Amino acid sequence: MTQILLSVRNLCTTFDGSKVVVRAVDDVSFDIRRGEIFCLLGESGCGKSITALSILRLLPSAGRIASGTIFFDGVDLCRLSEENMRLYRGKRIAMIFQEPMTALNPVMTIGQQIAEVRQRHFSERPVDSHRRTLALLDQVGIPDPKRRYDAYPHQMSGGMKQRVMIAMALAGEPEVLIADEPTTALDVTIQAQILDLLRAIQKARGMAVLLITHDLGVVSEVADRVAVMYAGQIVELAERQAFFQASKHPYSKKLFDSLPHRAKRGESLAVIRGGVPALSSVFIGCRFANRCDEAWEVCETATPRWLTQEGTGVRCHLYDATVSKNQVPVASTYPKKDRQEKESGAWGEGAVASPLLRVSDLAVHFPIHQGLFQSVVGHVKAVDGISFEIDVGKTLALVGESGSGKTTAGKAILRLIQPTRGLIHFQGVDIAKLHGKELRAMRKSFQIVFQDPYASLNPRMMVGEILREGLVVHRIDPGREDVRIDRLLEQVGLLADAKRRYPHEFSGGQRQRISIARALSVAPRFIVCDEPTSSLDASIQAQILNLLKQLQVQLGLSYLFITHNLSIVEYLADDVAVMYLGRIVEYGKVGEVLASPRHPYTQALLSAVPEIDPKTQREIIRLQGDIPSPISPPSGCHFHPRCPHAMPICKETYPSPTEKGTTHRVLCHLY
Amino acid sequence: MTAYILRRILYAVPILISVNLLTFTLFFVVNTPEDMARLHLGVKRVTPEAIAKWKQSHGYDQPLFFNGEATGTKKFTRTIFFEKSVSLFLFDFGRADDGRNIGRDIRQRMGPSLAIAVPALIFGLFINITVAMTIAFFRATYIDYWGVIASVAAMSVSALFYIIGGQFLFSKLLRLVPISGFGEGANLIKFLILPVAIGLLADMGSGVRWYRTLFLEEMGKDYVRTARAKGLSEPRVLFRHVLRNAAIPILTGVVVLLPLLFLGALITESFFGIPGLGSYTIDAINSQDFGIVRSMVFLGSCLYIVGLICTDIAYVRVDPRVRLR
Amino acid sequence: MPKPVLLWTDVLIYCLLVSSVLALFSALKKEHLRLPLRQVTGCPTAMAALVVLFFYLLVGLSDSFHFRLKLDERPGQQIQYAPEVLSLLDIFVGPLRTRVETTYSAPLAIEAYTKETVEDKTGRRSRVYPRLLYGGSHLKDPNLRLSDIYGKAVKGSAFGLVVVTFLATIGVFLLSRVHKTVWRITAGRVLRGQCHAAWRTTFITAGVLIIIFFALAPLATHYHLLGTDKVGQDVLYLSLKAVRTGLVIATLTTLIMLPFAVLLGISAGYFKGRIDDLIQYLYTTLSAVPGVLLIAAAVLMLQIYMDIHADDFSSIAQRADIRLFFLCVILGSTGWIGLCRLLRGETLKITELEYVQAARALGVSQWKIITRHVLPNVTHIILISAVLDCSGLVLSEAVLSYVGVGVDPSMISWGNMINSARLEMAHEPIIWWSLLAAFMMMFGLVLSANIFADGVRDALDPHLQRG
Repeated sequence: MTQILLSVRNLCTTFDGSKVVVRAVDDVSFDIRRGEIFCLLGESGCGKSITALSILRLLPSAGRIASGTIFFDGVDLCRLSEENMRLYRGKRIAMIFQEPMTALNPVMTIGQQIAEVRQRHFSERPVDSHRRTLALLDQVGIPDPKRRYDAYPHQMSGGMKQRVMIAMALAGEPEVLIADEPTTALDVTIQAQILDLLRAIQKARGMAVLLITHDLGVVSEVADRVAVMYAGQIVELAERQAFFQASKHPYSKKLFDSLPHRAKRGESLAVIRGGVPALSSVFIGCRFANRCDEAWEVCETATPRWLTQEGTGVRCHLYDATVSKNQVPVASTYPKKDRQEKESGAWGEGAVASPLLRVSDLAVHFPIHQGLFQSVVGHVKAVDGISFEIDVGKTLALVGESGSGKTTAGKAILRLIQPTRGLIHFQGVDIAKLHGKELRAMRKSFQIVFQDPYASLNPRMMVGEILREGLVVHRIDPGREDVRIDRLLEQVGLLADAKRRYPHEFSGGQRQRISIARALSVAPRFIVCDEPTSSLDASIQAQILNLLKQLQVQLGLSYLFITHNLSIVEYLADDVAVMYLGRIVEYGKVGEVLASPRHPYTQALLSAVPEIDPKTQREIIRLQGDIPSPISPPSGCHFHPRCPHAMPICKETYPSPTEKGTTHRVLCHLY
Repeated sequence: MTAYILRRILYAVPILISVNLLTFTLFFVVNTPEDMARLHLGVKRVTPEAIAKWKQSHGYDQPLFFNGEATGTKKFTRTIFFEKSVSLFLFDFGRADDGRNIGRDIRQRMGPSLAIAVPALIFGLFINITVAMTIAFFRATYIDYWGVIASVAAMSVSALFYIIGGQFLFSKLLRLVPISGFGEGANLIKFLILPVAIGLLADMGSGVRWYRTLFLEEMGKDYVRTARAKGLSEPRVLFRHVLRNAAIPILTGVVVLLPLLFLGALITESFFGIPGLGSYTIDAINSQDFGIVRSMVFLGSCLYIVGLICTDIAYVRVDPRVRLR
Repeated sequence: MPKPVLLWTDVLIYCLLVSSVLALFSALKKEHLRLPLRQVTGCPTAMAALVVLFFYLLVGLSDSFHFRLKLDERPGQQIQYAPEVLSLLDIFVGPLRTRVETTYSAPLAIEAYTKETVEDKTGRRSRVYPRLLYGGSHLKDPNLRLSDIYGKAVKGSAFGLVVVTFLATIGVFLLSRVHKTVWRITAGRVLRGQCHAAWRTTFITAGVLIIIFFALAPLATHYHLLGTDKVGQDVLYLSLKAVRTGLVIATLTTLIMLPFAVLLGISAGYFKGRIDDLIQYLYTTLSAVPGVLLIAAAVLMLQIYMDIHADDFSSIAQRADIRLFFLCVILGSTGWIGLCRLLRGETLKITELEYVQAARALGVSQWKIITRHVLPNVTHIILISAVLDCSGLVLSEAVLSYVGVGVDPSMISWGNMINSARLEMAHEPIIWWSLLAAFMMMFGLVLSANIFADGVRDALDPHLQRG
């Protein structure tokens, strides 16, 4: 089964802008064999999605395949007429996209959308395609296919929609399935389900899969072979085993090192300096040279060759016997503007523990209006009575899947959303009771950093103005704001000239630094970090996590860190609270909760995280179904419909807290 | 859904009251019942008695908004505003200054108005969508470029020129259709064809341009890429996927206009001498007949609110994502 | 010294002019507006449209400085002023205004359009086409008419070409100073269309317009270029005077409606709750009234008011001006609804964005959040809709004047021209030139306004840029 099915050779895809030509994919070659899962790994903007779209010739209107060949089963797809190409699309090569929310037609039922493929490629009668579609829906694990056939996409959850997308791709009985970040938009438990499904189907049908991802964990779970892309090129190609044991290219190595992990607690993460170069520039040396710690002169001046050996390969001068190795890395001569990121040093175990913030029985209920006079008929209990404490200089991680109410909780603590009930004692003052001027004055003590680096900065204000805003409001350093702004920028690792530039001139990671600087501007003692790294690439995520940790040590900050990523929790947090449908189900020290999770939900979350070390053996718990809607949560314990240990009592009453040790608390009938 | 519609209908009541208040204020602030009486009686016969008699016979013999002489709630009910408004809410439009029954006139004139407006709407929708679809199919080519320029040019011409030009060309030079008027039965088509065609033409520029924007916006969405990835042909992608989605804003944009069709096309009707509500309104404006203007304002606002409710219902019908609560 | 006359609309036009110049300068300082504006200058069609608009603006502005001329002074008497109010434009076009024929005459004619009975010296009566009083009166021999017309046109265009060459040289010279290059290089770039701004198109459009002007100017002064109307007034003069009316309606209405739309739209979207309900109620009520009827009611009201208080208005011009002003107010008070709705929706979206939440978390006051975070992020919507509305308003003037609730019948406007031309179409032989003149002038203005608006929208709408 090593027959090559799809062979991409010297593919170049360019985008013609009004002034510059962007070479999104630059001389990419790889082969996909029948029945294998081939992963294309890379950060955003490295050209991996464009490679996939090039294969199907579905590029956006500005893009075109400039050169290269794409042989599929002996036919060059680039030379086919558009009409013949359509015979391949959906039939022999199918594709599933990243965003199941937008990739489905909102006004057609899912059944129609799947049956359409059968009718197009097999000229089936409606009756037959209907029957086939039901079978497909069943195959991808959609319960009650008969009823779901007539459902519209918006009536289904994200995971279900992605299953529908898979069913649609399978409908043509393709030989190659291209999956473009199929799980990125999904929660970990759902991601695990989808990956399982993909693997099972691939095995059963002997399909080849081209899986595009940025997540090393996903690669380690499913890949047979993996190609790493960087700045439009493939820099390393290897078998999975070899790749995870000893990756060759410095970039791949850095990717591994930059992942947060329990083992790295107390030390700063390795980071890759700077960002991905613009693909419109002309490259002379190695594209990674300016971010590489092992680079020397040759890397600056000569383009590395593609060194290939038995189906694996690497594009780096380090492995080129013909290049003289002056083993003194020139990295030390580079300007050290990111120096502080590499300064390691044990993070102190924090100051004396005294609760800075004590939240008790906090609830946020949104009324549901209905009927003739819009009377309140019920409440969405987004947050339903949560309690926790955060000490000075400590980090509490609030963990949960989307819809668990963690962001609402964070905003309610800052009074950005009015809490329905509960106490929020901050330095002894109940901020839930403050109003108007008092609240505004108090706001300088607690700040927030948001998830989306693009929506969190006003595009019409210069960075300097953004940072000045808080200083002016709270009359901090009047007359000397500029000095303070310079210091803030320095603190977050940006140059002083940033203040005269607009947000759009910065990359995602840099914008997140600006957001952090804005939060720091008023010298707060407590910061809510609402998934600050979830939309960043792994290497950038490491930079931001390092920065947050370092600031915590320097300034004695306390964090409420909202995240769905458990490896960040292991790396960063002191305490952890696991939320499910508005309530905290398990709460304790990180060591206790993550090392010996008690609640079945915590256990499932942990086991769903893809492990990058293939040697680790772990018990795999797969959750069934989706997180229910908070409008009508299940009776009793909210988790019981998905719980592998559910007992009759779980349907009846919500469990009361059980203490496991002095700091560990769990809400489950098992204990 | 039913609760929603009921609520919207209840919500209409305050709106209609303030619409009435607005028209009353506009007319009576400067044009008091005395002035109206003087205007109608003419210069010669103006005596205080004659004015009082005119006011009584036309129902203007009470204070406007507030009756200080009455007691209790009658302070508000025994006023011109209240009495005239109540009769309006019962769809009793009263009599025009020339003594004709406004309600009957309106019922009679609705037919001709619809005879022009409905075909213009249906054909217009069909033609505009077809043209816009064609332009969108050839996007980023010369057909697209010149199509847009042509529609911008077409919408830069005043409707008056379309009418005058059309009448001149087809009626006067080519003598294909009568220049104006209205008939019965088979004769009707002869009279209708030109105003309808001109109505189509006058709206085509802006219509085509708007629909093209809608289509192009939809075509940039992810589900279109999914449809192409299935191997569907471009026309099939356009008609099966894009059109269905773009139909939502198109349809709801049209539905809000539907009830207003009853009001007729002001300019077209008066140019072509069609005895519809549009020309009725213009005549009333020119003869300053407050009764008719007030009735038409009331009718118009009622129909507008009906249109809004219909739009919401149409949304539920065509867009599976929308639910009314 | 003539005595200046300040009309209401004049004052507002000056205000508008000053404020738009100030707004332009402040916009140039803001990067998010400067870049799109640069993009507009790079779009050839938009620049061509802008040149055309500029010529209209020139006519309209010169028609907005009003005064009364001094009458011949007699010693010992107080200085007296002529009763009629003139504008700069009237002085510029001089003969066009004063050379009034008795009735209709065709474009470039030297004889009247209809036969008249004349009595010659011997007392014999005959039906002839009499020579016009002014049109072509310099011609002794009527047969020389055509060659005279061609001669004047060619001579005029030649002169125009010289002027254009001269102006273009100056333009290129100035450009090279700005770009800090040799003018030869600048000229080459302009000719090949390689500049960032679409200078080539701009120069060509302006050049063509100037040449046309010089070719037609001698004809307009010696003949009636577009004929005369029923009372013998030059139609070209009328259509030039109507430019101001159209522009005033388009711009002043926008000026009046903007504050309403911005204030109400943003407050509704920002404060939500009761305020939102109230504002929504307000605009639903206003839009429920059929627009024409509301305008008709308001205009009728005004008319009656002016009839009753006729003494307050010293001249016909003032009377007509007040009516024009009120028409703008009325159009403005119904026209804000569309923009208000758009702004409400956009503000609702923006207030949910994280940067507004961050500002709230910093304790920034609501007023500052609105002015610093919301307003700058909806400016593009305000600009786009202001520019888009202008062309529609010019068209609606014509319709309203036709219905009889537009500008004062004594005011020269395209609507009034079309209205009277309607009857002339039924005349035998047909009198087509008034209608054609109004059509061409209006089409030119509305088309260029539409094209310019498209350019502005393409540059400013972030939604379109992605696609």
